[in-house]
Amino acid sequence: MDLHLLDAAPTAEERDALDALLGAPSSGWEGGERDERDAHTAAGGHAARSRRHLLLPAFHAIQSRVGWISEGALNYICERLSIPPADAYGVATFYALLSTVPRPKRVLHVCDDIACRCKGAEQLCQELERTVGPAYHHGPEGSHVTLGEDDAVWLRSPCLGLCDQAPAALLTVAGATPIERLFGGLDAAKAARVLKGDLTPASAPHPRLPQAGDPSLRLLRRVDVADPTSIDDYRAHGGYEALRIALDLGPEAVIREVTDAKLLGRGGAAFPTGRKWDAVARQPVRPHYLICNADESEPGTFKDRVIMEGDPFGVIEAMTIAAFATGCERGFIYVRGEYPLAIERLGGAIAAARARGLLGADVMGHGFSFDVEIRKGGGAYICGEETAIFNSIEGFRGEPRNKPPFPVQVGVFGKPTLINNVETLVNVLEILRIGGPAYAKIGTGDSAGPRLFCLCGCVTRPGVYEVPFGATLRRMLELAGGIPAGRKLQAILLGGAAGVFVRPDEIDMPLTFEGARAAQATLGSGVIMAFDDTIDLVPILLRIAAFFRDESCGQCVPCRVGTVRQEEALHRIRAGRTRGGLAGEMALLDEIGLAMKDASICGLGQTAYSAVESAVKRLHLFNGAKAQ
Amino acid sequence: MDPRRTVTAQWADTWLGLNVGTDIALANAMAREIIHAGLANPAFIQRATTGFELYRASVERYTLDFAEQATGVPADVIREAAHTYARADRALICWTLGITEHHNAVDNVLSLINLALLTGHVGKYGSGVNPLRGQNNVQGGGDMGAIPNRLVGFQDWTTDPAVRAKFERAWGVTLKPEYGMTLTQMFDAMEHGELRAVYAIGENPAQSEADQHRAERLLGGLDHLVVQDIFLTRTAEFAHVVLPAASSWCETEGTVTNSERRVQRVRKALEPPGNARDDLWSIAEIAKRLGLDWGHPTGEEVWNEVRSLAPIFAGMSYARLEKAGGLHWPCYDENHPGELFLHSRLWKDPIEGPAAPFSVVEHELPLEMPDAEYPFLLTTGRRLDSYNTGVQSGGYSSPLRRGESLDISPEDADHLKLLDGDPVRVTSRRGSVVAPARIDRTLRAGLVFMTLHFQDEVKVNLLTIDKTDPKSGTAEFKACAVRVEPVRSTEPLAGRAQSVSHAGA
Repeated sequence: MDLHLLDAAPTAEERDALDALLGAPSSGWEGGERDERDAHTAAGGHAARSRRHLLLPAFHAIQSRVGWISEGALNYICERLSIPPADAYGVATFYALLSTVPRPKRVLHVCDDIACRCKGAEQLCQELERTVGPAYHHGPEGSHVTLGEDDAVWLRSPCLGLCDQAPAALLTVAGATPIERLFGGLDAAKAARVLKGDLTPASAPHPRLPQAGDPSLRLLRRVDVADPTSIDDYRAHGGYEALRIALDLGPEAVIREVTDAKLLGRGGAAFPTGRKWDAVARQPVRPHYLICNADESEPGTFKDRVIMEGDPFGVIEAMTIAAFATGCERGFIYVRGEYPLAIERLGGAIAAARARGLLGADVMGHGFSFDVEIRKGGGAYICGEETAIFNSIEGFRGEPRNKPPFPVQVGVFGKPTLINNVETLVNVLEILRIGGPAYAKIGTGDSAGPRLFCLCGCVTRPGVYEVPFGATLRRMLELAGGIPAGRKLQAILLGGAAGVFVRPDEIDMPLTFEGARAAQATLGSGVIMAFDDTIDLVPILLRIAAFFRDESCGQCVPCRVGTVRQEEALHRIRAGRTRGGLAGEMALLDEIGLAMKDASICGLGQTAYSAVESAVKRLHLFNGAKAQ
Repeated sequence: MDPRRTVTAQWADTWLGLNVGTDIALANAMAREIIHAGLANPAFIQRATTGFELYRASVERYTLDFAEQATGVPADVIREAAHTYARADRALICWTLGITEHHNAVDNVLSLINLALLTGHVGKYGSGVNPLRGQNNVQGGGDMGAIPNRLVGFQDWTTDPAVRAKFERAWGVTLKPEYGMTLTQMFDAMEHGELRAVYAIGENPAQSEADQHRAERLLGGLDHLVVQDIFLTRTAEFAHVVLPAASSWCETEGTVTNSERRVQRVRKALEPPGNARDDLWSIAEIAKRLGLDWGHPTGEEVWNEVRSLAPIFAGMSYARLEKAGGLHWPCYDENHPGELFLHSRLWKDPIEGPAAPFSVVEHELPLEMPDAEYPFLLTTGRRLDSYNTGVQSGGYSSPLRRGESLDISPEDADHLKLLDGDPVRVTSRRGSVVAPARIDRTLRAGLVFMTLHFQDEVKVNLLTIDKTDPKSGTAEFKACAVRVEPVRSTEPLAGRAQSVSHAGA
């Protein structure tokens, strides 16, 4: 390791921001004042390198204080954590929410992704261009610009997970007390007001659960019912009963309940949760780590946000149970950076649980030790991939790892790791409440339990809906109030950008794992995004292609190159300037798609062609296109 | 342990930034601490060593406080290092020229060997003392007898009549029972007119020797100088005859031996360019002209002669080296697997062979220490991407190479009102050079650093002291006193400094 530290020095503000996270530097070698002792000794080595996992939190500390990460700040971070600046720079530039070029403190990230497009996001952006000015773009070449305190800019952003309140935007205001807030139901005038500093409404209690209070709810029964900031209210609504049951049962019996419940992972891969828990519990290598994957970034998905914002204690309790069952003493919940309210609510829940002895050295007086740390993502879809999360937590670029070894054997910090999605974990509360066998009777034979669906796009009552497995697509659309009056359903995107388009005549398919498989579709993250006949699907498809191109981590060739070529071919088709005719472009898309599916390291590349393929082959989207 | 916090030191869990030339004070203080803390290995000392009582008495005055005074390293850090080393299951001491380029080089090494004997960290897997070599075949050069006091396989023909008889019989000559000269002794002999002809193979003493003025004068005054090298070096410019050589990497057949004593095959992949010839060919042709017809032996034939004369290589046929991917010496016969580490005999009970002696060595400061006239201590060394005088590396570009500079601490630069890149004049009692200053946080006040990579531009060896360790013949490149002065803009500049605009003073 040659540190090759830079000459640039941090500003007082940058130094403060980092020292608030890491404490004051312990020596001149860490960026403090050089004294006589520093002339003759230095500590470092393993101790310094073991703090690498603080790199992303360090970047966030600077970003949220200053608004961007200067060379001086980068250098100071590297001095403190013993990381070569070139390496750290590679990490900083990996994350969209971090800026390594000057950027004003006040930034509005306006979603122009597919769900928001159904609600006029593109028109909103164009109007902002006219009224406020073009979206902020700043290359590294002119990095000496001076920024005014009151400067405010806007950027286009991928899906922010506020699809039920589209169009949406995320405001970030850097400073000593930074502001990060999601705004829904925007129009251009309101966006301009937010940019100018009008933050009404003062607080944003996001969950707007259409089914709130419905007695049949199992996973969402506390959302919009119990106060998410009160541990007493949580307990008054049945909170921490499941943990008590788990501690009484013991780890093996908890795993048996989860196995008997036939719970399958809700993150998309549908792996049997009980088997995963059992595998981690059996690993002789210690310590074991638990990660709750809350990096919900699939366009159109917002169910985990609703759970975290509406029932944060439930997530922490479920994590505590999982940790108890699998022998983890330390857990991380990795929340996407675009979910400030979820992070705030979880932070409050963790603090309250610690204060009550429900987290910490002696959970519920049971002699079991467990604690949770929140890790905030930096705006990278790929970090929802389970091994990319490991790299991100460890302070590296969030690039997926090859498997095997699997996370249950070699996960974060090279140790056995249990990683589950938020929705998967909260199911465990219900399993312990009613027992595994009873839970297994909910739903259908191969798809047990309740399931959350994210209804968005052109539906009358968008939101998260909980139903027992088995409901049809038609039933879900009806629950959400159907398509607005006077319009016709054109297509449904099932499972998010990585999912498939289905036709209106296919909506009687049951939304179960087996039903989706039979229909050659996928439930993915539970997205049901409806498009009525007023929506031009070609720009939607281009946005999906652009999303994958932008979010590809670039590590493996099929995905890095394939996502670019795919988007180019779609642009050519749209512009009527095909090479080799439409048939030629279709053949090319198919070949690229196959290469990405077969040869990409992770799910991103493997599914990057999925929506495009279904649009072509299921919707016959380009059948009327002119070829040249 | 290094006066500078080098890149390697940045990797370290603990860096002990000792004052230049205080290695023995540090090692002896560690020894005293180990003894007093009851962390020595009495069973090993009793069985396998001699001279412990004298040694124990000699280190008694090296208290932690004394060592802190001498080395600058805080006493608690020295104590911690001593305990860590002594308690380790396995511990290895590695060093390079920071230990050996001193006037008391051998004593420095002995002080480290003492530590290994004291704790028993020697003669077993993962432990020991290990001088790291700067080239792939430095070890091989010594192995083959390219040292003045041993023949191939470290055999002493002056003290062992059987050895002498063996070589006399094999070579058909009479060997005088006298050691040859070290490189520094050769220069003294040139000075006294006793050495008038030199055959230099793969060495560039005109630039690598301390006190370069003197080296150039003596080489230029020889009756006859033959230089055999792959490059036309500065030394070759003084030569009467230059023999262009093939590169021993990829242009010749043979073996190399690395730091862990692993003998490996090297193979010829290319024909050497132009008239460049294999070293073996040139030596055989010279022999022929001197009246000895050796023919033109292949590398393997020479190697087989080595095996027949040096027992430690006897078992290493080309076929075995090929098959095993290299073997560690000693390897006494075709069935011997070679030995992964040396001195395992010390762990036999009773030990095989002679006991290992402790050596009493005392702290001595470098010959030249800073004073009012020359207030800085200059230490020399290498940078990652250059090699010694640059003969082999200077012809290739590197993104890291910045040319010669006088590296100086931020504190001293501040005091001298120097900005990065400002030209400075560096003067010792022997000479003076001009180079740009480079502010380097890995240095502390009073300590400056230069390399000898860019001798054509900045002749750093005009500054260094040519006093040598009488036991090893190594010069004290690591320490001399210098004066550092900002260069006035009107003063003519040398070398790279000319392109640097003067902003300070």
